[in-house]
Amino acid sequence: MNSIDDVDIEGELTSQVISVAATGGEIEIIGGGSKRFYGESLEALPVDVSGHSGVIDYDPAELVITLRAGCKLSEIEALLAEQRQMFGFEPPCYGRDATIGGMVASGLAGPRRAFAGGIRDFVLGVKILDGHGEINQFGGRVIKNVAGFDVSRLMVGSLGTLGVILEVSIRVIPSYETELTLAFEHDSADKHVRWINELGSEPWPISASSWVAGRSLLRLSGSAQGVQYAADQLGGETAESCWDELKEQALDFFDDAQPLTRISLPPATTDQLGDIPQLIEWGGAQRWLCGEVDIPALRSMTEGIGGSVCAFRRHAADVAVFHPLQPAMLKLQRSIKSSFDPAGIFNPGRIYPGL
Amino acid sequence: MSQTHREKLAAKFREFLAPENVVDQPTSLNTYESDGLSAYRQQPLLVLLPENIEQVQQVMRVCHEQRLPVVSRGAGTSLSGGALPHAEGVVLSLAKMNRILEIDHLSRLAVVEPGVRNLAISEAVKSLGLYYAPDPSSQIACTIGGNVAENAGGVHCLKYGLTLHNILALKLVSSEGEIFEIDQRSLQADGYDLLPLLVGSEGMLGIVVEVTVKLLPIPRCARVVMGVFDSVEKAGDSVASIIAEGIIPAGIEMMDNPAIRAAEDFVHADYPVEAEAILICELDGTEEEVLSQIELVEKVLKKGGATETRLARDEAERLLFWSGRKAAFPAVGRISPDYYCIDGTIPRKALSAVLSGVRELSEEYGLPVANVFHAGDGNLHPLILYDSNNEGELEKTEELGSKILQLCIHHGGTITGEHGVGVEKLGEMCVQFSETEREQFHAIRECFDPLKLLNPGKAIPTLARCAEFNAMHVHEGKLPFPELDRF
Repeated sequence: MNSIDDVDIEGELTSQVISVAATGGEIEIIGGGSKRFYGESLEALPVDVSGHSGVIDYDPAELVITLRAGCKLSEIEALLAEQRQMFGFEPPCYGRDATIGGMVASGLAGPRRAFAGGIRDFVLGVKILDGHGEINQFGGRVIKNVAGFDVSRLMVGSLGTLGVILEVSIRVIPSYETELTLAFEHDSADKHVRWINELGSEPWPISASSWVAGRSLLRLSGSAQGVQYAADQLGGETAESCWDELKEQALDFFDDAQPLTRISLPPATTDQLGDIPQLIEWGGAQRWLCGEVDIPALRSMTEGIGGSVCAFRRHAADVAVFHPLQPAMLKLQRSIKSSFDPAGIFNPGRIYPGL
Repeated sequence: MSQTHREKLAAKFREFLAPENVVDQPTSLNTYESDGLSAYRQQPLLVLLPENIEQVQQVMRVCHEQRLPVVSRGAGTSLSGGALPHAEGVVLSLAKMNRILEIDHLSRLAVVEPGVRNLAISEAVKSLGLYYAPDPSSQIACTIGGNVAENAGGVHCLKYGLTLHNILALKLVSSEGEIFEIDQRSLQADGYDLLPLLVGSEGMLGIVVEVTVKLLPIPRCARVVMGVFDSVEKAGDSVASIIAEGIIPAGIEMMDNPAIRAAEDFVHADYPVEAEAILICELDGTEEEVLSQIELVEKVLKKGGATETRLARDEAERLLFWSGRKAAFPAVGRISPDYYCIDGTIPRKALSAVLSGVRELSEEYGLPVANVFHAGDGNLHPLILYDSNNEGELEKTEELGSKILQLCIHHGGTITGEHGVGVEKLGEMCVQFSETEREQFHAIRECFDPLKLLNPGKAIPTLARCAEFNAMHVHEGKLPFPELDRF
């Protein structure tokens, strides 16, 4: 039915974890390695989950797919496309070996995030291997499920620090009949931000937005008639789609020789970043800065207004990657980590010290 | 619990709460002894009604110091006994914290206190062309704080999500009286994403004192089409066919014959009373979008064997089509002295198998069952008709309900889609989750509430409780569905 390898190495992964735990060792969980840069670096015994592959269940009419974590993201996206379906959160690959487990663990989503939801919003269930070597399942394969605390969604963005994700059930959405990109001129970041948020008050079929160097782009998704009507009303010029390049950070803006910083802000925030060159997406909620920046200064600027700053890529080793937590929150999150992984064997320190 | 103990505690709380906000008279306490699941009743020690966050913190500090269990409560509409009081604890009612604090048109969000009613949010922002999407059927009465505690759903979940998907930030008071906040207005979580843990945690991880909700633009156009079927299977398959066309309806509901008859008798919506099933399918969006899709849906329904399709001609008829579905519970209440609502979710493809299983169980127990079904997301609400005046009938009904939930698990589903576990489904939690999974839940709870004061005895069963449940449900030495892993 599909060409995706069906290989179950759950038993091997379990014995690996149990033997490392028994000797007081530490593990770095690795899938395709495409997002290994994301988070603090660490030195521990690599455990490769990419061999744990296979589609466990996919019935397109149920809008749910259940996969082993080692499945390649690109292959699964192709499988979904055959059924005219897709992941609603438009996940980046950052390399052809990206896996489903890495996608969930990193929690990174693409341009559609602000309009369709993030990975967290689509994950329905997980099977994980915890620090005791126990295999537990949380959530399920149905869209509505409120039995027990929602542990499956807690896994999203946990960067492998809570356990090895073995399987995951994810809600999928139908692909759109038509997509169209429109371009508009806005000579400042603040003008773009106000414009895109004002558009949000109307039910336009918007599925992505971006701004860089005075040019706003808007993607419309929906039925042919619906998209055409919206395009006629909104004006702008038809432009070439560049959303894959944005998602994969392959646009000219992203200079591979420079540090890359991610600033997260409440979407309608203006008057904060001044004239700093930036790429804005997610309706204003996600902003990228390419080049040397003063991370502590940015952090203190965003803190009071509900924002955060991530030293995403290629920053100096002594800069904390993620925005520091308040002490009480860090303490709470460490206790959650310990409840899954009391000995701290999984990806130690990937997010914060002790996390 | 002695009266003097109660009086002493009441006096302590009156040091910082207005006298009328400390309820200690047995006759007044009775108002709070149950929630929407009225078969369970328990008088609390005290009911406290703080009016602001500072007072909630003070209440929690006293309760922490005195080791008093705390059951938080919104409007008390829970159908699973989530707000059932604890005999030795206080009920913390958030009903007086009912102000809308901020409406931000540009950011499409509202900051509200927990006691604000679900529908009141949509009403407050209607003039801006916005609304709050989750619409549980109790939305006139239920509060946003309760919605967060239960991760409430509604008719429009398939397209617009559950409460979780429509919350941007939460402010909570911990069991120790400290404030903690989760702010995801920026669509980013720092460290672990705690929002999904907190939403749906049934008041066991913290007291919700402020909620920031996402507002959506009101769709320009909504149209409804009804499909009439001579078999439940055909109706179920048609739902799959609609979704296979790439259409996500705003709502798609199914009713079986007993539910159709009850609703028709009640609201006279001109429902086809001979039909085995009807589907009510709503599409919303821009006019162009909706018109192109509704045609397609009608075609799919006909192709799927609908004996008739009806397109609501205008807004009045659209509301008429919905009236029967929305009144299904009270309608069933009219034809039976009591009814008991079950809340399982199943993969849609298991619908006919589950419904015939329910039919068999209904016959076995001699209790009629009417079924309404959020068909898009697989959330099944069998309504068991019974009479609590007949001795033993409530117990029989609960047993039948439990069997139906276990049937849902057996078919790859879950014991609760939107009503929560509460006290009602503790036993079935032992079937759905293994011992180590339940231990993980307890461990998470202790991270937030080491003394286990928040809503004790709800949602997550103890080991002892599961041992008892399993002992009760072993028949002739055999567990139901022996192929399921348990321990």
